[in-house]
Amino acid sequence: MSYKIVQKKDLNSQIFLMEVEAPLVARRAEPGQFIILRIDEYGERVPFTIADFDREKGTVTIIVQVVGKTTRDLAKLTDKDSLSDFAGPLGVPTPLEGKKKVAVIGGGLGTAIAYPQAKKLHNLGADVTVITGFRNKDLIILEDDLKKVSNKLIITTDDGSNGLQGFVTDRLKEEIEKGEKFDEVIAIGPLVMMRAVCNLTKEYNIPTTVSMNPVMIDGTGMCGGCRVIVDGETKFACVDGPDFDGHKIDWNSALNRQQMFKKYEQQSCEDGHCRIGLH
Amino acid sequence: MPNMSLKKNPMPEQDPNVRNKNFLEVTTGYTVAMAVDEAQRCLNCKNSPCVNGCPVSVKIPEFISLIAQEKFEDAYNKITETNSLPAVCGRVCPQEKQCESKCVRGIKGEPVGIGRLERFAADYHMEHGEDKTEKPQPNGKKVAVVGSGPSGLTAAGDLAKMGYEVTIYEAFHTAGGVLMYGIPEFRLPKNIVQKEISKLKDLGVNIETNVIIGKSILLDELFEEFGYDAVYIGSGAGLPSFMGIEGEALNGVYSANEFLTRINLMKGYKFPEYDTPVFIGKNVAVFGGGNVAMDAARSAKRLGAENVYIVYRRGKEELPARIEEVMHAEEEGIIFKLLQNPTRFIGDEKGWLKGVEVIKMELGEPDASGRRRPVAIEGSEEILDIDTAVISIGQSPNPLIKNTTKGLDTNKKGCIIADENGAPSKPFVYAGGDVVTGAATVILAMGAGKTAAKAIDEELSKK
Ligand SMILES: Cc1cc2nc3c(=O)[nH]c(=O)nc-3n(C[C@H](O)[C@H](O)[C@H](O)COP(=O)(O)OP(=O)(O)OC[C@H]3O[C@@H](n4cnc5c(N)ncnc54)[C@H](O)[C@@H]3O)c2cc1C
Ligand SMILES: Cc1cc2nc3c(=O)[nH]c(=O)nc-3n(C[C@H](O)[C@H](O)[C@H](O)COP(=O)(O)OP(=O)(O)OC[C@H]3O[C@@H](n4cnc5c(N)ncnc54)[C@H](O)[C@@H]3O)c2cc1C
Ligand code: SF4
Ligand code: SF4
Ligand code: FES
Repeated sequence: MSYKIVQKKDLNSQIFLMEVEAPLVARRAEPGQFIILRIDEYGERVPFTIADFDREKGTVTIIVQVVGKTTRDLAKLTDKDSLSDFAGPLGVPTPLEGKKKVAVIGGGLGTAIAYPQAKKLHNLGADVTVITGFRNKDLIILEDDLKKVSNKLIITTDDGSNGLQGFVTDRLKEEIEKGEKFDEVIAIGPLVMMRAVCNLTKEYNIPTTVSMNPVMIDGTGMCGGCRVIVDGETKFACVDGPDFDGHKIDWNSALNRQQMFKKYEQQSCEDGHCRIGLH
Repeated sequence: MPNMSLKKNPMPEQDPNVRNKNFLEVTTGYTVAMAVDEAQRCLNCKNSPCVNGCPVSVKIPEFISLIAQEKFEDAYNKITETNSLPAVCGRVCPQEKQCESKCVRGIKGEPVGIGRLERFAADYHMEHGEDKTEKPQPNGKKVAVVGSGPSGLTAAGDLAKMGYEVTIYEAFHTAGGVLMYGIPEFRLPKNIVQKEISKLKDLGVNIETNVIIGKSILLDELFEEFGYDAVYIGSGAGLPSFMGIEGEALNGVYSANEFLTRINLMKGYKFPEYDTPVFIGKNVAVFGGGNVAMDAARSAKRLGAENVYIVYRRGKEELPARIEEVMHAEEEGIIFKLLQNPTRFIGDEKGWLKGVEVIKMELGEPDASGRRRPVAIEGSEEILDIDTAVISIGQSPNPLIKNTTKGLDTNKKGCIIADENGAPSKPFVYAGGDVVTGAATVILAMGAGKTAAKAIDEELSKK
């Protein structure tokens, strides 16, 4: 069995979109869930959020940022290739029903992960404010898609190159100070960004959901490698999450665990049969 | 005239100091001469007590006497009348607690090497024999099997032989369950497992990998939408237990499942040819005393760790692992720290493991399981310098199916409750293996698959 790539499109210099034929994943996929894929026999199992799905066509879309070996190899594939494995949908769907006014915050690639949630909230009739942040204007992704699913879209850049300078937390704070009453904040992005959002929302007492993305292997609760400490308890991000109450996450331990395989991942690309010879 | 030697023919094996650096199989198997000689130790007992010790009642005296007569193929066929995975069982069954524990030759001297002979017959067949699989006449009914461990594989094979159209759904990218991702190559070569699986495919069993029942397809949908007449759940006990002590989230602390999956299934021992890395430090401690702990410790040694400890809270007598594995581990230089228990992990300023505090234990009164309960000796704490810890204190069933299926009763540990035929609380749903018993053995999981296949056939024949 293999999984055909039906579409591949660059969103910016580092981020691309890939639509894959996987009917058994598409049939039950929901926002907040993810898949695990393997490119080939030699590959690592790597998780990606389900950015979109089409139950009728039986396809699932992922949006990938190139950061290391597997994502670099993946970037080389085209709509003539297939993936050897594509399993899911995994994780618990984000509970989005019954929310009235929500701020969805995306940092960089996190924007892509947040997109399906904004879309579903919008379809459920919620008032959606999307705040996304990028390093500079060339890295902005999904602007048109986000516009369609939000009542208000704020895009901010670290260097101000799109005309609005600052971090997502600056923008969120402005909105709250202006008197916007969010009943929930959903923050997705790098750990430090999510932590910053949580520190802010805690001050204002706004419930905040974050999406954790620790290193995973099986994605079915079998290895425990994805454990995160939530409210003092060990949870497995792949089966109990990946979404958790951001005010209860032990951020220090999460940041430490992210470092675990760093040096090996570099080696994988340097000594491994790096299929594209970069690095 | 039987061979009256008190000792088993020794098993040829790689030298400990060579094998603890490679992943090749430790034991190389009997030669024809050794097998025939060993077979002649069997007395062909009329009441064959050994058979009572085997959970699937392998016809032990019969197959052994066929080996003695050098009818190796016939011996193989005799075994497979009741056991479909002899190459696996011959290698991993805890024979000293099962068949061989009942052998009369064991009263004075060593029992007949039943496991070794079983392995010999299976390996001989694999090398010389021919598989003549005839696809059975289809009976028009469909059964889904969840999980491709020994339990699911056995149920699938038996049902296929009866003419059912069988599909196995497996969450991972490779079929085989623990035989593929848990038990290491040096104990159970993966090509053996794959050969057994390809036999099932020849029988017409369809294997769908990357499908997680409870996520991709709900159990109930298998009936309603996919039209199966019955389902067998053999999803194993894959959820690792942690100890709940300080520092378990430090970098360098693994569950045995993660450690062994990285090594076996993802072939981390061939990193960087394969992409998945495993971190191995200089000083590794494995916590636990079962087969899983032995496998983790011996793998760590093979990946270059200098000191590998097994830290176990009871004594040597109580180690639940197969005797052979404990012996092999000792020979390979694994250091046993018995009657000790960890109390906390200690990290450096960057969140990496640098040590563990252990406390000495003594054995107190017997507990509910009949084993003497270990009790901590106050004030006996000491620090062991380690940079890798592998926690191997047990596993329970994964809650994915339980949480998404109505009317499936489970016990406190999350095990599915089933009767002696493997029928749980839900109509046309059967279950067996580790998902029912909690982490147990390959042969018990196979036995459960067999029993359930028979029960499923009886029930569906009535339909
Ligand atoms: C539930 C979940 C959902 C995810 N969704 C997406 C997604 O939609 N799109 C996307 O591009 N990425 C996503 N990720 C992250 C993605 O899985 C990693 O970027 C990928 O595994 C990196 O593989 P690699 O071989 O290219 O990089 P590696 O060579 O493995 O690593 C390169 C660098 O990335 C870091 N890294 C590795 N794994 C992770 C991780 N899981 N999280 C954060 N940093 C990591 C490493 O420490 C290293 O610095 C998700 C992760 C999880 C757990
Ligand atoms: C390291 C290790 C060493 C061992 N050594 C020995 C030994 O020497 N001798 C011995 O007798 N026993 C040994 N055991 C125990 C033995 O392997 C198990 O008892 C046996 O494998 C149980 O078989 P099973 O078929 O019930 O489950 P498993 O072998 O666990 O197979 C279950 C399968 O189901 C799949 N699955 C789970 N959930 C789902 C789902 N929702 N959808 C689809 N698929 C799913 C899993 O991915 C897995 O492939 C060992 C176990 C381990 C971990
Ligand atoms: S299947 Fe296991 S218990 Fe039974 S005879 Fe073979 S080795 Fe012994
Ligand atoms: S009990 Fe031992 S000697 Fe007797 S038949 Fe069984 S294996 Fe042979
Ligand atoms: S990824 Fe293995 S338990 Fe979560």
